[in-house]
Amino acid sequence: MKPTHADETDPKAHRSTSVPIDIQAVRARLEQQGGPQVWRSLESVAQTDEFKDYLHREFPTNASEWLDPVGRRSFLKLMSASMALAGVTACTVQPTELIVPYVRQPEELIPGRPMFFATAMSLGGVATGVLVESHEGRPTKIEGNPDHPASQGATDLFAQGSVLTLYDPDRSQSISQLGEIRPWNAVIAAVRGGLSAQSGSKGAGLRILTETVNSPSLAAQIQQVLQLQPGAKWIQWEPVPRDNARAGARTAFGEYLEPVYDLSKADVILSLDADFLASEGASNLRYARQFAGRRRVEESADNLNRLYVVESNHSVTGGRADNRLPLKSSQVEAFARAVAQHTGVAGVTGSAPAGSEAFADAVAKDLAAHRGRAVVMAGDSQPPAVHAIAHALNAAIGAAGVTVSYLPTPEVVPSEQHAALRELVTDIDAGRVQMLVIIGESNPVMSAPADFKFAEAMSKVALRIHSGLFFDETATLSHWHVPGTHYLEAWSDARSFDGTVSIVQPLIQPLYGGKSAHEVIATLSDRPERNGYDVVREYWSAFAAAGRPGETSPKPAPAAIAGVGGQAPAATPAPTAAATFELSWRKWLHDGFIAGTAFTPSTALLAPDVATRITASNAIGGIEINFRRDETIYDGRFANNGWLQELPKPVTKLTWDNGALIAPSTAEANDLQTGDIIAINHDGRTLNVPVWITPGHAKDAITVSVGYGRTKAGRVGNGAGFNTYALRGSSTPFYGEATITKTGDTYDLVGTQDHWSIEGRNIIRSATLEEFKAKPTFVKEMEHLILDKRISLYADKEYKGDQWGMAIDMNACTGCSACIIACVAENNIPVVGKAQVKRNREMHWLRIDRYFSGNLDTPDTYYQPMPCQQCENAPCEVVCPVSATVHSDEGLNDMVYNRCVGTRYCSNNCPWKVRRFNFLLFQDWTTPQFKLQRNPDVTVRSRGIMEKCTYCVQRINAARIQSRREDRAIRDGEIVTACQAVCPTGAIVFGNINDPNSQVAKLKSSPRNYTTLEDLNTRPRTTYLAAVRNPNPALPSNPMVGGHHAATESHEPASPGGGH
Amino acid sequence: MSQVFPKSANAWSKASVLAIVFVLLGLGWVVLTIQRSDFVTSANQFVEQPVQFSHQHHAGGIGIDCRYCHTSVEVAPSAGIPPTKTCINCHSQIWSTSPYLEPVRASFRDDKPLQWVRVHDLPDFVYFNHSIHVTKGVGCETCHGRVDKMPLMIQKVSLQMEWCLDCHRDPSRYVRPRDQVTTMGYQPAEAQADLGPRLVKEYKIAGLEHMTSCSVCHR
Repeated sequence: MKPTHADETDPKAHRSTSVPIDIQAVRARLEQQGGPQVWRSLESVAQTDEFKDYLHREFPTNASEWLDPVGRRSFLKLMSASMALAGVTACTVQPTELIVPYVRQPEELIPGRPMFFATAMSLGGVATGVLVESHEGRPTKIEGNPDHPASQGATDLFAQGSVLTLYDPDRSQSISQLGEIRPWNAVIAAVRGGLSAQSGSKGAGLRILTETVNSPSLAAQIQQVLQLQPGAKWIQWEPVPRDNARAGARTAFGEYLEPVYDLSKADVILSLDADFLASEGASNLRYARQFAGRRRVEESADNLNRLYVVESNHSVTGGRADNRLPLKSSQVEAFARAVAQHTGVAGVTGSAPAGSEAFADAVAKDLAAHRGRAVVMAGDSQPPAVHAIAHALNAAIGAAGVTVSYLPTPEVVPSEQHAALRELVTDIDAGRVQMLVIIGESNPVMSAPADFKFAEAMSKVALRIHSGLFFDETATLSHWHVPGTHYLEAWSDARSFDGTVSIVQPLIQPLYGGKSAHEVIATLSDRPERNGYDVVREYWSAFAAAGRPGETSPKPAPAAIAGVGGQAPAATPAPTAAATFELSWRKWLHDGFIAGTAFTPSTALLAPDVATRITASNAIGGIEINFRRDETIYDGRFANNGWLQELPKPVTKLTWDNGALIAPSTAEANDLQTGDIIAINHDGRTLNVPVWITPGHAKDAITVSVGYGRTKAGRVGNGAGFNTYALRGSSTPFYGEATITKTGDTYDLVGTQDHWSIEGRNIIRSATLEEFKAKPTFVKEMEHLILDKRISLYADKEYKGDQWGMAIDMNACTGCSACIIACVAENNIPVVGKAQVKRNREMHWLRIDRYFSGNLDTPDTYYQPMPCQQCENAPCEVVCPVSATVHSDEGLNDMVYNRCVGTRYCSNNCPWKVRRFNFLLFQDWTTPQFKLQRNPDVTVRSRGIMEKCTYCVQRINAARIQSRREDRAIRDGEIVTACQAVCPTGAIVFGNINDPNSQVAKLKSSPRNYTTLEDLNTRPRTTYLAAVRNPNPALPSNPMVGGHHAATESHEPASPGGGH
Repeated sequence: MSQVFPKSANAWSKASVLAIVFVLLGLGWVVLTIQRSDFVTSANQFVEQPVQFSHQHHAGGIGIDCRYCHTSVEVAPSAGIPPTKTCINCHSQIWSTSPYLEPVRASFRDDKPLQWVRVHDLPDFVYFNHSIHVTKGVGCETCHGRVDKMPLMIQKVSLQMEWCLDCHRDPSRYVRPRDQVTTMGYQPAEAQADLGPRLVKEYKIAGLEHMTSCSVCHR
């Protein structure tokens, strides 16, 4: 991974849009008859020079041209380097390699064959079960645990990225006291010293600050410490806490409850600013799967649900809305009240914000018409009132108990975290705190509300101890720093959204000698030197002994449990308690969760006086600023993760930065262009942030994501983006009033939305449900040019055995982008850095093209994952002078790295622009930690090599060898590509298209199936299933896209053949 | 002014044209020969190992089956290099004080692995899988030579792609019955020309097109 910063960006490669985009003209062009049907960005509609450059040239700035002023010295250096590479390396003999076998080989381990271990990853106080691929003890890839209720086989992009954080060379590597390296027993001594100073006051000066704790054993440990030190306090702080959801539940039910939705039963969904498909709520993966399950129109057209989204920012969920209404966050409450009033929620009244009355009315009617089959969700950033109204609405429309149930929270001790942190700061200021122990990645120095002045307060504490993965901003202000452990390094346990507990088992010894939270907390207890394994095991041993949910009797375990299940002696009389527990323990570890630990839904009833308990808040008149967790680096904890930094954010496609997202109309009103720096003044604090114009964003509102602008993140994250935490206050943690002023400066925000642009030609096709019902074969009429497909210079090839193909369902894809990171992790794809992304050189084999359709203010959004199309008549193959890309006998378009000489003809000839070229040595060949992470089954590419999606050929080969060894055919579903495996919605399906019973063949025979750029007759193996949307006919909506009467290009008509 | 070139220059120039062709061909031959030579391929070269382990003694003399040590050859890409424990199984009893075996005992005692030097070293962009070859009837001997006659392990073949393809293009010349895979000095019971094609059919060995597809070995 290359350390890359904003300042590294070549000034000459700076934004070439010296001519500002005229938003009026863009609007006019979109509205005119025959204007573009789908478009990617304002730049593409305005046809800026920069966009044309992206469109017509594969790489706007070529490697063959000098980009930087080159002096004589560096010229000679480069020349000699190329000489060395070209001449000498070809002649050298291979370096001597060593074989280092085990001394005592573990029994189950076979070198060369990966093993999978079940564990769980917690983020934001909720766990997801995962399976971790381990190559000879090195965790390399995360997969979902199909049996775990939260994962169901899928993972999100954070889980995929987490494996890189494990190996991050910038993680803190030693225990230190004020910069001096110290041993672990010195930490214990310091803690004991601090505690003995507290012995008189019963620990009244002790504060423990953790992340949201969803580990039952850790919570038990902390509570035990609190028993020993009754004066001490425990504060949980998550940088973007779910306070509002918790407070809303308390308003409605009198207790903290977690609403858990069952979207598989919901015909109508109203999201009140809830990004439930990607970033909010209890279990995005499960919701996404349930949501997508209701978009499969093949089973039954009546299956299709309808999603209304009312939100300020354009979220991932908003992109999937059938009807979407951009509203300021502060207006959502009024909207919710209006819906509640129309739906007949007693006591809740209000009128919808101006312009949204019809929408509120239609939504209310639809909800009422689907009693018991509808659900309302409120977003975490909405005030408690909106949550309470949503609960009341759900009760009124008969959702409670059907599409929503209320469970105890996954965090062991739910709290309202802002209040807790405020109390901590007050206590410190009053001199009541002498010892502060901070554990985890919440980084309060960075993430605490600015008005708390946490850094200032923290410095007043006499003994400050920090434990975390990084020596971060909080660590620099601490006396002691203890390296923390990654979840793949230490024992723990964790609850998922429904309460199901997973034992978190380590895959590797702590790489940098870290100590887990259990071990750090243990230093505060009466047994300071316990290790995490003992803590967790003892806790669950007591749990089993107490005869809790059905796990005490030894059930015959599945035979798959190596060496355990087979030995379970069902007939042996009365096994000892220890032996019984050992069996249970092994089963829990094997399964990845403890069966029977899920919560039973609460029977708490909605408070009858809920309407009177809701405190109304006022809408913000001027500009509203919204703070959101970042879509790729979370709350900043993944700031040093190059994979996640480089991942284009799902909707904006921005990389390596955060910006102030504003609507085109706001930009117009304030005379702003993308990249203009504005000074945002909020609550007396000012911050300069560059603007990114986002179609579909609410007017007069700004959205900034938090987590950027870090100074102690590491070499990747330092200096990237803008620290918007500095702007956020405790009274307005999610949104508040702000004023903006144009500073006149500009900043280079780099997004990939115009990269790899494709000529129009109905690449996106969609229909409404009515249109689909009337004409299920609508996609066939949207072909750009109907050609006689038999015309080809080449004879048709016959495939007798397997031939591979892929179908991507655009009705299921939510654009969440987890597949991109899964592909990066599986295929050893390098990170290139912001400056190289700017030059169109990002290496992602799979990209997700995001298209807008309709007008600038309320566009529809379509996501199209675009891997290599694996054409049958592949245009890339015929132009390669060295046969480095050739056809396999199973239809794959093979890429042979060791033949490639880097002419880039193939890339030039690819209509889909899916080939990626290593212009520089992007791969980090030296950092030893990264060598551990790489997938040993995929070649690590060097400079000057072309690469592209291989359909995960290493997985195909593994399955083929396995099946041939067993003398059988490859089963359908046996080969799962990395992108397919990670997908929560099952949007990507891969398989043998020669087998008519395979899932992919069935999808390809769907009437919705279509081929992009079919008129080129390259016969891609990757095809798409058109989107079918279900907008409410009572509301105005954008026309569906793909119709062949309308011109479809977002620019001048292209010549057949690619035009570049 | 006299002629610069004598008349014989005509003959010389004609001859030199021919000579250049021969020199170029010769150079080409030299390059190709060097490229295939043991100097480049590292074949037939002894490699110093931490322990002078003799396959001749263990496999040939005592007759230990290949799979006693190379346990994963039938199930994994790698045949597997035995852990020190495998050596100690016997050598805790026999030759337990031999000075030659001190590195082995030290490894077991100190829990420090032995570090062998790789003899058969394929480039990193090649993904060879032992298990499928063994399953399809490719004998150990076919690639590794008469291991039972090697006091020190050496690479007997070039391991170049040309060599791989020689078999991949027509495996019938090399396959043997599965039960003979580990046999050293195997002689087919009948003419290979009859047996080979029959085994190819019986073992469902894929056709030429599949066996020469790039992604079968390169990923």
